[in-house]
Amino acid sequence: MEPVFSLLTGIFLTIAIYLMMSKFIIRMLMGVVILGNAVNLLIFTSGRIMREVPPVIGPGLDVPAGPVANPLPQALILTAIVISFSFFAFLLVLSWRAYSTLGTDNTDEMRVAEPDGTPLPPLGY
Amino acid sequence: MAVSSPPVDLSAALVLKPVAAVDWLVILPVAWCIGIGAVLMMVRHRTFLHPPIAVAALGILAGLDATLLWHVAQNGPVTMVMGRWLPPFGIAFTVDLTGALFALIAAVVALAGAVAAVTDINDGGRRYGFYPFLMLLMAGVSGAFLTGDIFNLYVWFEVLLISSFGLLVLGAEREQIDGAVKYGFLNLVGTTLFLIATGYLYGIFGTLNMADIAAKAGPLRETAPLTTLIALFVFAFAMKAAAFPVNFWLPASYHTPRIVVSALFAGLLTKVGIYALIRVSVMLFPLERDDLSLVIAAVGALTMITGALGALAQTDTRRLLGYLVISGIGSMLAGIALGGPGGIGGAVFYALHSMVVMTALYLAAGLAARLGGGFSMASLSGLYARHALFSALSLMLFFAVSGLPPFSGFWPKVMLVKAALDGGAGWLAAALLFTGFLTMIATGRLFLLAYWRPAAAAAPSAQDAVPATALLPLIALTAVSVLIGLFPQTLLGLVHEAALTLDEPSAYLHSVFPAGSAP
Amino acid sequence: MRSLILRTVAPLIVGLMVLFSIFVLLRGHNEPGGGFIGGLIAVAALSIYGIAFGVETVRRAIVFHPLAIAGAGLMLSTLSGLVSMVFHVPFMTGLWIYPVILGEEVPLSSVMTFDIGVYLVVVGAVTSVALSLEERGED
Repeated sequence: MEPVFSLLTGIFLTIAIYLMMSKFIIRMLMGVVILGNAVNLLIFTSGRIMREVPPVIGPGLDVPAGPVANPLPQALILTAIVISFSFFAFLLVLSWRAYSTLGTDNTDEMRVAEPDGTPLPPLGY
Repeated sequence: MAVSSPPVDLSAALVLKPVAAVDWLVILPVAWCIGIGAVLMMVRHRTFLHPPIAVAALGILAGLDATLLWHVAQNGPVTMVMGRWLPPFGIAFTVDLTGALFALIAAVVALAGAVAAVTDINDGGRRYGFYPFLMLLMAGVSGAFLTGDIFNLYVWFEVLLISSFGLLVLGAEREQIDGAVKYGFLNLVGTTLFLIATGYLYGIFGTLNMADIAAKAGPLRETAPLTTLIALFVFAFAMKAAAFPVNFWLPASYHTPRIVVSALFAGLLTKVGIYALIRVSVMLFPLERDDLSLVIAAVGALTMITGALGALAQTDTRRLLGYLVISGIGSMLAGIALGGPGGIGGAVFYALHSMVVMTALYLAAGLAARLGGGFSMASLSGLYARHALFSALSLMLFFAVSGLPPFSGFWPKVMLVKAALDGGAGWLAAALLFTGFLTMIATGRLFLLAYWRPAAAAAPSAQDAVPATALLPLIALTAVSVLIGLFPQTLLGLVHEAALTLDEPSAYLHSVFPAGSAP
Repeated sequence: MRSLILRTVAPLIVGLMVLFSIFVLLRGHNEPGGGFIGGLIAVAALSIYGIAFGVETVRRAIVFHPLAIAGAGLMLSTLSGLVSMVFHVPFMTGLWIYPVILGEEVPLSSVMTFDIGVYLVVVGAVTSVALSLEERGED
C-alpha cells in the first residue's frame, strides 16, 4: 500500500511545484492547496498505512482490543490541515487585495515595494 | 455489560509524581502570552487599555524568562510534559540554556518594541489589533524556544508566522500588500518544507520528541538516509532565516510595515529559524552536521557577503538594515558550520547580539525618519545637529553591528574568527572580517550622510521633540549592547555552557527521561 | 438575500443547528465530535442567519464582537490548562469532578472546559471572517 501512496504523493508534489513556479498568483494559490494535500498524504504514508481498524478504544476498555491504525499521523494531519487551511484563507484574501490594489496578478509586475531603477546612495556631499 | 480489559500499569505511561512548582516556569511564558493575548482581544474596543496591559505583561514575561534562565543555569535543563503523559508519548517542553537565553532576549526585545509602539502605532492600528498580535507572536516565539518536540516546534512556527502576517499588513498600504504577498508565499514554502522534513523524520524514527530522537539516532545511522533528512531541515530553516540563495523574501518585505513591526521582525523571526537550525543540526544530528559543514559554511560565507554588499547598494535606510539582518544570519551559519563549543557558542552569542542590535537599529531608523523626514539616504541630513544624544546612540549601534569593540558585536565575532582559525578554515575567518569591514563602510556612510551632512535648506526646520517612549527603548537596547560589550564574562560563560549542553546533550536527555527510563 | 422561504425557515434551522453544535461539542469527549467541529456547525448556523436577515442582525444577536468571543474562548482554554497548577499535576492534565445534579451524576472535567474554549475560539474567529465576507457581498 505504501508504494502506491508514495507515488501519489510524488505526483501531488510535482503538480504543486509546477503550479507554484508560475508568475500568476492564482496558479500559485492552487499550488499551495495541492502542496498542503501532498504533505498531508506524506505524513499519512510515513505513519504506515493500516486500513479498516479505527484507533478507537471500546467502552470499558483501557487498551485497544487488537491492532489498530496509527492514530498519531491522523492527529498531525488534523493539525496541519487546520493550519494550511487558515494559511490558504489568508493568502486568498491577500491575493484578492493585491489584485484590486495593485491591478495585476502577475508577480513580475508587482514592484511597488522594490521599484525598478532605485538610485544608488549618494557618494558624498 | 462492559467488557473489561486486563489491568494496565499506568506508571509506564503517566507522570504519577507531583510536579514541583518551579517546573511551571517552563510552560508559563507561553501560557502567559496566550492568556494576555486573549484578554487584549476581549477588550479590543478599549484601545487605551492595550499599551499598559501589553507593556506590563511583557515586563512580567521578561521576569519569568529571567527566572527560568537562572533556574536552568543552576540546575540544568527542565522538562514538563503536557497532560501527564510521559515522554515520548506526551508533548514535552524542555528548556536548556540555549532556549532560556533566546527566550529571555526575545522578551526584552518585545518589551522594547511594545514601548516604542505606544507612539508609533496609532489608535487605528491598536483597534486593528497590534498588541494582541504582538502577544500571540511572542507566544509563538517563546513556544518555539521552549518546546522539546519537533512537531510542536512546527506548530509554534505557524503561530508566529500567522501573527506576523497580521502585523505585516497593519495599515494595508500598497507597499505592504506587495511585500506581504512575497513574504506570505515564500514563508509558506519554507514551513511546508519543514513539515515535509518532519513527516520523513517521523517515518524514520517513529517519534517526534527531540530527546528521544537524539537517543535513537545512533543505531539508525547505518540504515536510514539521515544526511538527506538533515539537508532538508537545513534548507527549510535556512529559508526561514533568510540565508543566501533563499533570502529574497526578506529585503522584499521587511521595509514595508510600520517601523516597530520591522524592528520586531528583525529581532525575532529570522533568529527563530537559526535557533531551530542549531537545535536540530547540532543537538539531534551532530554527525550529519559534520557531513554538511562545508555546505553550511559556504552558504554562510555567501550570505554574509551578499548581505553586506546588498547593504552597500541601498538608499533606503530600512532596506539597508534588512540586508544587515541577512549578513548577520551568515555569521551565525558560519558558527553552526564550524561546530564545537567555540563555533556553536559564537553562533548563539551572535544571534542574541543580533536580536538586540537589529531591533534597536530599526527603531533608530524610525526615529531618524521622524526627525529627518524620510528613509531615503539622499534626503536625510543634519541629524547630529538636531539631536546629539540620538546620534550618539546610533553611532554606538553602528559600531556594534559592525563588530567593533567595546560593543556586543565584538565578542561573538572574536569567538567565531577564533573558532574558524582553530578549525583550519582561514577563508571563513577572512569572510567574517571582510563582512565586518563592508558593514562598517555601509553604516559609516549612513552616519556621514544622514547625521553629519549639514541639513539641506528644504529640511523641516520645526524642532519636534522626540517623545520619551520612542527614545527610551532605544536607550535601553543600546545600554544592553554596551553592557554585553563591556562585561561579557557572564554571557560568555553562559553561551559556552549552552554550547556544551548542545554538543553533549546527556543532561537534556536526563531531564526528559530521568533515571534511564528511556524506551 | 430577501427570500421569504429562507426567512421563514431560517430561525428553525438556526436554532436546530446551534443545538446540534452543542450536542456535538459535548459528545466529543469519547466519541467523534468536539469543540472544533461543533464550532464550525455553529458558524454555519450564524452564516445562514446572516444570509437570511443581514449581518447587522447577527451582530446584534450574538451581543459580543466575534473576536471578543474568540478571546474569551482562548482565555477559557488557557485557564483550564492552568488549573492543574493547583493540583500539582503537569500542564493540561484532565481533572474531573462528579457533582450530583438533580439526582444524576454529571461528570465535569477540565478537558470539557478546554473544548468549550476551542468551540468559542472557532465560533468567534470564523464568524468574524464569515460576517465580513457577507458584509462585502451585501454592498
